[in-house]
Amino acid sequence: MKSIRRAFIFFLTFALLACSSADASAPPAQTIENKGSDTLVNLALAWAEKYQEERPDTRISVTGGGTGTGIAALINGSADLASASRKISAEELEEAQIKGVAPLEHIVARDAIAVIVNPNNPVSQLTLRQLADIYSGKIVNWNEVGGEDRPIVKLSRETNSGTHLYFLETVLRLGDKNNKTFFSPDTLLLPSSEGIVAETRQNPNAIGYDGLGYVPSDLKVIAVAKEEGDAYVLPSIATVNDQTYPIARDLFMYTNGEPTGNLQAYLEWILSPEAQALVAELGFVPIK
Amino acid sequence: MEKSLHWREFIITQIIKLSGYSAIVFVALILLFLLNEGLPALGKADLSSLFGTRWYPIENYFGILPLVSGSLVVTFGAALIAVPLGIGTAVYIAEIAPRWVREILKPLVELLGGLPSVVLGFLGILVVSPYLRLFLNLPTGLTAFTGSLLLGGIAVPTIVSVAEDALDAVPRSYREGAWALGATQWQTIWRVTLPAAKSGVLTGVMLGIGRAIGETMTVMMVTGNAPVLAFKLGSLFAPARTMTATIAAEMGEVANGSAHYHVLFLIGIILFLISLLVNVLASSVIFRARRRAERILS
Repeated sequence: MKSIRRAFIFFLTFALLACSSADASAPPAQTIENKGSDTLVNLALAWAEKYQEERPDTRISVTGGGTGTGIAALINGSADLASASRKISAEELEEAQIKGVAPLEHIVARDAIAVIVNPNNPVSQLTLRQLADIYSGKIVNWNEVGGEDRPIVKLSRETNSGTHLYFLETVLRLGDKNNKTFFSPDTLLLPSSEGIVAETRQNPNAIGYDGLGYVPSDLKVIAVAKEEGDAYVLPSIATVNDQTYPIARDLFMYTNGEPTGNLQAYLEWILSPEAQALVAELGFVPIK
Repeated sequence: MEKSLHWREFIITQIIKLSGYSAIVFVALILLFLLNEGLPALGKADLSSLFGTRWYPIENYFGILPLVSGSLVVTFGAALIAVPLGIGTAVYIAEIAPRWVREILKPLVELLGGLPSVVLGFLGILVVSPYLRLFLNLPTGLTAFTGSLLLGGIAVPTIVSVAEDALDAVPRSYREGAWALGATQWQTIWRVTLPAAKSGVLTGVMLGIGRAIGETMTVMMVTGNAPVLAFKLGSLFAPARTMTATIAAEMGEVANGSAHYHVLFLIGIILFLISLLVNVLASSVIFRARRRAERILS
């Protein structure tokens, strides 16, 4: 009895070994590690999914974590492709050079930051200057910008988000490198887009900002003018591409040096009309 | 035969001794690690920036005070809610409730303690904070108080569980003595049972507060994370940023070895010191209580 059982276990072990070696002999899948910007993560996932349907021999794994995380991963070699919602910083470039990595920039899509308020808020347009004054704490009541007599509750992404940095540079500091305006300390720093959306949805005092691709249709989007006297523009694919909407930016993928093989094929595919159609579907702005 | 028994005894005692010492070793190692990673912050970041009131790490403003005050305000609020509620529940379960109620209540309270804090956070964002805003007429419901309420919920099961055990361990003869002297049930609880279980109840309270101050996820989701220096009474009803939420939100993306990285570890050291202080205070109170009790009994 005992020997039968032992033989059976033996057989099982062999069967398992055979199975695993059969797996190993299948054509080796090429894996592309794509890591980085949370702004880009949904788009990167959609691209990866579609691409893998067409080319089953390529495996693409996509993770978020933020632009900083992605670039750090590219530098230390744990990612082949870093998605970024901002240009690589001077310090990061320096660190890359020390490690012998040469980050190469590819523009893959465009993004606009939409300013959102509660649907019951009567305010529908603001200038960049007014937005800057709201977020830096100079304007504290909605009646100062033509709204009701309510306190303004400012919502922002956490400081490590690329969206936060972009908003700081473009809106609070109006694109001026020497401007040292800060977010007012009572600005709520929420760890996720979902947090900003949830709070804006239920709080008529709130103002928030997030990537156009993440704004649900039940929130009110503010039309923004670059200067007082300019036209107020709502963010849309058309207004971002003709550059009339003032809070828009390019989105990047970084590779280590000129991409080759699978990686090159993937990046070329991303610029194809098929992949760029996905960009529009997810609320971002196609580059062509 | 006797020799092997002797050996076994020896080995088992040694293993038990080792696991006892391992706690000390781990704490010492963690402290060493924290000191090693956190102390360089004092050299890398300006001291004036560390004691400043602005926390904006991407531009090297490392004012820790708003974060410390945020943690203290949220924890203070949580203690205010959890201590009376926790002790009350423990007293009810141990002293007043009929047996069948006790058998339902205690597991339920312990189940509450097992709730993942993320789930509580969701509850906070979607239910507690909107109602708090409307109910208290606040600009926003994402405030220190919202965090306190939920942390109170997290601390209560710890307090109840430990305090109830302590109350349960008070000999029945104490209560019978009090009743025999004509004390009412409330007098017995307040004058006899609770004081007799004091050290256990205090341990429960301290453990509960320790859980509250170390809790991260819930707090990060509901307190709004605004690094405002909290020193007024109204600060409890304004957004706050705690030390734990700061570490959790920022550690993921910080460049290894940068000033920001070391400052985050410095915050870890401060957290460590605060919980050490809480523990030392608790044990000194317990120690004093025991000595007094021994004097009375002898």
